[in-house]
Amino acid sequence: MAEESYPDGLRYHAEHDWARVEDAEATFGITWYAQDALGEVVFYEPPDVGSEVSKGQAYAEVESVKAVSDVYAPLSGEIVAVNEGVGERPELINEDPYGEGWLVRIKLSDPAESDQLMDAAAYRKLLEDS
Amino acid sequence: MATASLKRTPLYDAHLAAGARLVPFAGWEMPVQYEGLGPEHLAVRTSCGVFDVSHMGEVETSGREAEALLQRLLSNDVSKLEVGGAQYAVLCQDDGGILDDLFTYRLADDRYLTVTNAANHGRDYEWFAAHAGDFDADVRDAIDDYAMLAVQGPKARAIVARVAEGELPPRMHTARLPLAGAEALVCGTGYTGEDGVELLLGPRDAASAWEALIASGATPAGLGARDTLRLEVCFHLYGNDMDEHRNPIEAGLGWCCREETGFIGSEAVAAAREGGTEQQLAPFMLTGPGIPRPGNVVVADGRDVGAVTSGTMSPSLKRGIGMAYVPVELAEPGAEVEIDVRGKRRPARIESKPLYRKES
Repeated sequence: MAEESYPDGLRYHAEHDWARVEDAEATFGITWYAQDALGEVVFYEPPDVGSEVSKGQAYAEVESVKAVSDVYAPLSGEIVAVNEGVGERPELINEDPYGEGWLVRIKLSDPAESDQLMDAAAYRKLLEDS
Repeated sequence: MATASLKRTPLYDAHLAAGARLVPFAGWEMPVQYEGLGPEHLAVRTSCGVFDVSHMGEVETSGREAEALLQRLLSNDVSKLEVGGAQYAVLCQDDGGILDDLFTYRLADDRYLTVTNAANHGRDYEWFAAHAGDFDADVRDAIDDYAMLAVQGPKARAIVARVAEGELPPRMHTARLPLAGAEALVCGTGYTGEDGVELLLGPRDAASAWEALIASGATPAGLGARDTLRLEVCFHLYGNDMDEHRNPIEAGLGWCCREETGFIGSEAVAAAREGGTEQQLAPFMLTGPGIPRPGNVVVADGRDVGAVTSGTMSPSLKRGIGMAYVPVELAEPGAEVEIDVRGKRRPARIESKPLYRKES
């Protein structure tokens, strides 16, 4: 398991998902808090490249032995790449949630949406207050 | 449920110290995992794990007609249970519906200890007490007398032998032995499919036994691993795989029923055995990706034919496994079905018990 961290430079959604925004594209994953709450991830099926995701809507599921958790899109757009490696080795989500455990890459339909997400400091405060 | 209303076992502080994640379970605050479910599961399969199962209840039955009372209540033939022996049985209603599944230990000629599932303990005790009046027997709720540890795995006996004095009992037998500075009822039973023992000891003696077992090499294991271990070997979980609406024949528990003893429900069980049942509990394994979950619908030839009662990702087999009630004609190893997992049809195959077999 990774050490708890919430890197600066990422944008965060209240459902414990992160986005790394680079111009008109973004990479998505789940936060350290989300993978810790779920426990060891044992199953993840990548969604299809080309499918649309909408901000705040579930686009995939991650499963531990005990539980299923929806993964929410922090931003809207079209999936242009998926991390097949996580489909093969779902434990990467626990081991490296912001690196090798990334889930999908999106071509953003509305890059301005990212202004509505939290920065790392605001997300840490959300976790402290909950 | 508010955490404050949950009961705690004598090992609560030890669980916190070991980094446990505690969850509500049947009215108790219990460790679901420590370091991680997968490693704990594999520790039991390859070495030794120790579980706190102090949430399980105990009922003591004693007196001149204790055996006759238990023969009336329990599905198995209690007259075959010798002093120092252990026996598995179900407790049935008149209509054969299962009230609980339990292990009974014969402590003396006229004294028995029955271990109940935590969620059913109160109801079981009431049931025992309600029928005791017809017999010269006493029924006592002994839940406060005992903590219970399950030490399971291929190295469990060697590890327990290091902290106990005297010879450990063989499988399905018991022995009262000094253990970690106290006295314990050591039982050659368990619910993981591995060799090992269960320890019944005084609540105040539980912490020192727990520490001694861990110091001798046992890995603390939580209820999460206990569930995956029992499902891999197709042991039933009450409330999931059977309840008062299922009889032992359809649940696949006919092997622990001796209808000729005349236990409550025996006529219904005999009728089900004789006439057959519509459904049968059957183990299955997904042939591809996915994790089946309780409540998922079983589909055959495009029709809903049953429901999953237990399902998980098997840590040993790395596949989705489970048990489901299906029509008897489908409950044959090799039958192909699909499990509807949240809208995705996952191909599965009915298997024989157990799903997990030790390499021999």
